[in-house]
Amino acid sequence: MSGARPLEPWRWLGVPMLQVVAATILFGIPLHAFGLQLPEPVFPMTLAFAWAVIRPSILAPFGILLLGLFLDLFWGGPLGLWALCLLIAYGGALTGRSMMAGQARVILWAWYSLATATAMVAGYLFVMLDSRSTPGLLPMAWQFLATIVLYPYAQRLIDLFEDADVRFR
Amino acid sequence: MSLRDNPLGELKVPLTWAAAIALIVAVVAATAILLSDRRETFKAEAYGATRRASDTVLTPVGDVLAAPGRWIGGGFDVVRDYFGAASENHELKAELKEMRQWRDVAIALKDENARYRTLLGLKTDPPIPMVAARIVTDSRGPFADTRLANAGSERGVKPGNPVMSENGLVGRVIGVTEGASRVLLLTDIASRTPVMIERTNARAILTGDGGPNPRLDYLRGRDPIREGDRLLTSGDGGVVPRGLPVGAAVKGLDGRWRVVLASDKAPIDFVRILLFQDFSQVVNQKELSQAPVPPPTGGMPVATVKPPAAEPKGASAEAKPAGSAKSASSPAADVSKPAAKAASADDSAAKSAPAKPKPSDGALSEAAKAKGAAKPKGAPAADGAKPASAKGVTAKSTTTTTTTTTGAAKPAAGKAPAAKAPGDRTAAAKPPAAKSDPAAKPKPKPKPPADGTQP
Repeated sequence: MSGARPLEPWRWLGVPMLQVVAATILFGIPLHAFGLQLPEPVFPMTLAFAWAVIRPSILAPFGILLLGLFLDLFWGGPLGLWALCLLIAYGGALTGRSMMAGQARVILWAWYSLATATAMVAGYLFVMLDSRSTPGLLPMAWQFLATIVLYPYAQRLIDLFEDADVRFR
Repeated sequence: MSLRDNPLGELKVPLTWAAAIALIVAVVAATAILLSDRRETFKAEAYGATRRASDTVLTPVGDVLAAPGRWIGGGFDVVRDYFGAASENHELKAELKEMRQWRDVAIALKDENARYRTLLGLKTDPPIPMVAARIVTDSRGPFADTRLANAGSERGVKPGNPVMSENGLVGRVIGVTEGASRVLLLTDIASRTPVMIERTNARAILTGDGGPNPRLDYLRGRDPIREGDRLLTSGDGGVVPRGLPVGAAVKGLDGRWRVVLASDKAPIDFVRILLFQDFSQVVNQKELSQAPVPPPTGGMPVATVKPPAAEPKGASAEAKPAGSAKSASSPAADVSKPAAKAASADDSAAKSAPAKPKPSDGALSEAAKAKGAAKPKGAPAADGAKPASAKGVTAKSTTTTTTTTTGAAKPAAGKAPAAKAPGDRTAAAKPPAAKSDPAAKPKPKPKPPADGTQP
């Protein structure tokens, strides 16, 4: 009986981490078709939201920290930028967790969009302070749209693991 | 081991509080890492071992993953070439016809350029070696626009090296490791590139903002730019060589001037990394820094325009040997001469210290004697440049030193060009000024100032 045993961290933290890392690397391939490039969504944002909704955890913030550092290393941005942005989104979602409990899918999607927007605004401010220049709003908007369409993956994780551990029911 | 058997099982910590503490610790760690990051500097060590290790790992991974894309793209190209061969042939013939005309023009201009360079004694830029590389990963976000190229330190790539595609400038290298280089694109928020508008020669700074069209900041001059103007690198600062194609100017939706990058004409899959050395790396900084700081001018006004009456005296003084230079009594003439010689002389930095000549140096001590004799009363401001005026030996000085210390960069050797404004440093390179007085000519070929000013 799978529902009776406790949920192992590698199942709800480890495997999704590997999945988003693989997806990020795949979307980092320099592939051009008809003058268009692949979009560049922030895949780890789905985990930052889903993990906060599933349950409070000691390991999850460090997992998000690692994912953010991976993004910064892979994309070549300032080291720590995405780590901090994702943690801010995670903290926001964790704070509003009680309000999200039992909400409909669309409402949760709106919450996810809000968390994504918070992370990107934080990134905008950090980059502005770091480089003393304002990033373009249009590329930010594109990345925001590419990220919020990933919500179904976050929803799947929530459906899979929210009630998976008998100790947290 | 079950929870009941665990010796720490009795230790109960509220999960929410523990998670909050873990979150705070992670935020503090991320903030510390962000504050200590220095990715855009030219220092190789600033790139960090973590970045180098990750680039080393990611390069082969990206190379393997990008291979199917390259194969598929190659297949599409084969099909496109097969069906479009006739029309492409027609276009290429028309282009070839136009290019032949341009070739003739280019040959004529090349010859003319070579003659001018010989006449002016211009020190032309040496050819820049380059390394070809393939792009293996790509990031296009609003906060980072970088690419990973599969050529690194083993092929001589260094941080700061410019990177070009076949169409134009792409960016510069910010990190190098064995087998990989991280290229900061022109569109990255941290990218700043000095450029010039080809039509007006006006300068600007190309500033990335994460979008596809970086903006032009610090545009100077009245009406310096128009829609469609071509932009080239200006070479200012010595980071990027002059004249690399950058793109074309467009007016952005926000009303600011932006650039459609030339490198965006085609996918950037193969690049050339120019092994260009920054000017500050080429020059002997130690030798340059040995030059003592000239004495302060003390707020005295420096004569910059020679009065007409002093012209014959200045000319005679110039024609005389060092000992006779004592008779040169016109301060204006004295001030005007050294700068001219400094500008036209060799750029030996070892002799660029006319303010305090060393006794051991014969040439300099002679100049010092002449300086003491020819120094006019009430004109201490010209001290920094005087020795050269008395004798052409110490004229070996950098233009920068002379112009910045005395402000009297007049190129004339007591002749007509002496009346030129102090800022007109190119006048020193005019052959007639040097030819008019052979005695005043320290070198057969007067050279222009070392600041790269074009005639």
